[in-house]
Amino acid sequence: MAEEVMINLKINDIPVSVPKGTKIIEAAKKIGIDIPHLCYHPDQRVKARCRICSVEVKGKNRLLASCSTEVWEGMEVHTETEIVRDTQVGILQLIMADHNQDCLTCAKNGNCDLQTLCSRFNIQKSSLPNVCKYKTAPNTNPSLVRDPSKCIKCGRCIRACKDAQGVQAIGFSGRSHNLVATMPFNMDMAKTDCILCGQCSLVCPTGAIMEKDDTRKVLDWLQDPSKHVIVQIAPAVRVSLGDALGLKPGSIVTGQMVTALKMLGFDKVFDTNFAADLTIMEEGHELLHRIQNGGTLPMITSCSPGWVNYLEKHYPEMIPHLSTAKSPMSMFGAIAKTYYAEKMGIRLDDLITVSIMPCTAKKYEAARPEMGRHGHQDVDAVLTTRELAKLIKYVGIRFDMIPENTFDSPLGTGSGAGAIFGATGGVMEAALRTVYEKVTGKEATPLEFEDVRGFDGIKEATYDLGGTQVKVAIVHTLKNAKVILDKIKCGECDYTFIEVMACPGGCIGGGGQPYGTTNEIRRKRIAALYEIDKGLTLRKSHENPDIITLYKEFLGEPLSEKSHHLLHTHYTQVHKAYEF
Amino acid sequence: MSNQPLTAGFITKNFGRYNPMSLDSYLSIGGYEALKKAIKMDGEDIATLIANVKVKGRGGAAYDMGKKWSQSRAVIKPKKVVICNADEGEPCTFKDREVIKNDPFNLIEGMTICGHVVNAQDGYIYLREEYRHLRERLQNAIDQATEKNLLGDNILGTGFSFHIHLYSGAGAYVCGEGTALIRSIEGKGGRPRMKPPFMKVSGLFALPTTVNNVESFAIVPHLLMDDKGYYGSFGSGESIGTKLISVAGNVNNPGVYEIPFGTTVRDIIYGLAGGVKDGRKIRLIQFGGASGKISDERILDTPYTYDDLKAAGVTVGSGAILVIDDRTTVLEFLRHTQDFFVHESCGQCTPCREGNLHIQIILKKLAEGTATPDDLRYMKKIATVMTTASLCGLGESAQNALFSAMEVFPETFKLGGAH
Repeated sequence: MAEEVMINLKINDIPVSVPKGTKIIEAAKKIGIDIPHLCYHPDQRVKARCRICSVEVKGKNRLLASCSTEVWEGMEVHTETEIVRDTQVGILQLIMADHNQDCLTCAKNGNCDLQTLCSRFNIQKSSLPNVCKYKTAPNTNPSLVRDPSKCIKCGRCIRACKDAQGVQAIGFSGRSHNLVATMPFNMDMAKTDCILCGQCSLVCPTGAIMEKDDTRKVLDWLQDPSKHVIVQIAPAVRVSLGDALGLKPGSIVTGQMVTALKMLGFDKVFDTNFAADLTIMEEGHELLHRIQNGGTLPMITSCSPGWVNYLEKHYPEMIPHLSTAKSPMSMFGAIAKTYYAEKMGIRLDDLITVSIMPCTAKKYEAARPEMGRHGHQDVDAVLTTRELAKLIKYVGIRFDMIPENTFDSPLGTGSGAGAIFGATGGVMEAALRTVYEKVTGKEATPLEFEDVRGFDGIKEATYDLGGTQVKVAIVHTLKNAKVILDKIKCGECDYTFIEVMACPGGCIGGGGQPYGTTNEIRRKRIAALYEIDKGLTLRKSHENPDIITLYKEFLGEPLSEKSHHLLHTHYTQVHKAYEF
Repeated sequence: MSNQPLTAGFITKNFGRYNPMSLDSYLSIGGYEALKKAIKMDGEDIATLIANVKVKGRGGAAYDMGKKWSQSRAVIKPKKVVICNADEGEPCTFKDREVIKNDPFNLIEGMTICGHVVNAQDGYIYLREEYRHLRERLQNAIDQATEKNLLGDNILGTGFSFHIHLYSGAGAYVCGEGTALIRSIEGKGGRPRMKPPFMKVSGLFALPTTVNNVESFAIVPHLLMDDKGYYGSFGSGESIGTKLISVAGNVNNPGVYEIPFGTTVRDIIYGLAGGVKDGRKIRLIQFGGASGKISDERILDTPYTYDDLKAAGVTVGSGAILVIDDRTTVLEFLRHTQDFFVHESCGQCTPCREGNLHIQIILKKLAEGTATPDDLRYMKKIATVMTTASLCGLGESAQNALFSAMEVFPETFKLGGAH
């Protein structure tokens, strides 16, 4: 590799040396100066729209945007002069005047970048008249809520949707003061190209796009003594919840999380990792069945609801490739509302199942009519990681001071294979561990399938399964999924099995994760999941004793009639509202 | 003050001398001799020739044109493009319209010479949507020139190929800004993007791009044939030659005039434009379009040159001179200008999107007599934020009129009583 060219510059008279190509805002970070920013996001293309990061550069008669200006040798930057400060405050005032300023009742209160900047610059009240025009958006979908009166037109949502996901459901409309980030025809998000992945809500600096808040509903159930309320927690939440509660990114908080949920009043705290193991049993056998019986290949995973929505809406002709196995969350719900209810003798009217998910699209998945029976949904409510953090704060639990606890039985044991479901490549690795052993009769050594790990957008690997070469691919983000789908459609693809996760990095980077999630943090969470797996003795789904019992007592065997009925689903083409 | 004539016939030399719908007619008056000459010349020599007479871009930014072409030449890429900015969106600016109307072949010839100089294969004319009546005329010129092999592949057997494409946007003012213009041609929303990358490196379709104004291209064929140095005989210093200006407002003879640099503003308004209508008094004069600065009668004896106007607090800009008489107040004028910018801001960056609106509100309060000292303070602050921190030239220059009004007409901003 060529040696990196270093550039020397001064920021507020402090010398700093950074690689060529570095932007001023990044160089300032190196010497501990946080230049205020709103449209800037470390994982996104430069936008340079909000202009609040403008700084003074010697020799230039205008201020330069520090997010878009590369450093040059001998550059002298000032971030603290009167003109810079006046500009920053002026821009904040202008933004505030075009914002509905309902901070006290806003669900983003305390997590809002705009609020933080106003506090930093000591702006208590905008001195300009309020000119905010856009008040409402139709919000009928179960996942996401838009409030255009809080939009500051930074364009982060648009970049997340277009550049990271390749979906391009949200965009700017209008010009001058009428400019706003909106959906086509200002429709509800679900009626457009949107697949409810929520990446927009993750990057929105204000409360203009947020998950639909279901915390009140859950609190009400928890207060109702006639309800038996159980909760399941997705693998990815245990390595991200800590971020929202002041811990270091990548902290593993499984034990504290279980304690906190018990303190919140849930009757039983179960683990989605258990259901992930169940998914491997069903999906793994489905794969073998397809291989042995000439079924549609490649088979593609169906755990990620954003991905399923994408396929149903954008590639309906590819539906036969999707595994019919439900996601771990929905399998858990189905087992809870049948096996568990029967075993515990609880009436379905009294049994409430709540899921804690890193995902906004899971709210939509839980509300699908096919995910339930006899008038009961399998999952009654889905809370995002962010909503759980809110509940924990609401009841005043000091997360760093509470003891650790373990999951309840009988749906609380998960293997290491289940744990890594939260990372891109995790489902593939979990499946390979089981399928390899089923086909060859031998345990894979080593148990780690290193080729399917890592943050690359598209990964490939080939494995010898008892003489058959099986080529697999792992994809995260829908932009990359589109590449693979187009290849399959052109017949340029010899994969047998493909794992797709809609969000960058997989569920650990999901749209329902704590604000401030970046790719750097995503990598830390992935490492934490592999650490959890490594620390367990139970690392293969088919060896999970609770899974073995479940099949013995209730389901029979994978792909049995009962399994089909409860654990598999079907998909249908979805049209946009303006598609004729 | 000067003995030189009020008008010159250099850029406008061909006006009325040939049928603008006929290439043969153009050829009969010596058309395309400049291209034939240029193709035999080294591109750098042509850039030098332009630089020697200090031609500055005639769109508004007044960037040294010879330097621009020379810099563009230096970017070596297999595919490059030339753009003619015929958006002419600055209010009160209509000189390019006259060039296209009277001398379309000369414009095409000038662009083709530029293609030769910068080694581009394609040229794009971005024609102001409101000039749709000139579309046919331009397209006809392109078609006829192509037919005669003065455009297209292997022009006149020289091995040089150059194609010209005609485009129009949807009429947004901001599309006159180079980066917004290319986005508009690319089929995207007409909103400026940040620089760098600069156009000469990555412009239209990410190709190295040379953008010039209609008048800038129109000068080139004439310069190449100007063996006697007629152009250089006008003006002095940084302002050599002639300039197309458009005079309008409350004058008796609004129109486009080709003036030698150095003509006084008084001679332009009272000589060429026939003076102020009904013999009224001048309230203010705006130079260079809506984004230009204003002055009052005190500027009348200033020679029209880049340096003299700058010293007097205004700029040449788009070449527009708007004369407003005493029936309109300064505030009425400012509000009208402000309405324009509120309407035309693309909305992308905060200072311009929000700033224009708030200044509009404060100007209204000022006119109604309800403005407070705080309002005036904020107005100045917002205008400063817009000027120093906007993303593109629109936001940067939108408050030129306001700032210059504060200096020239301080009484306008005195509180107490409606204006």
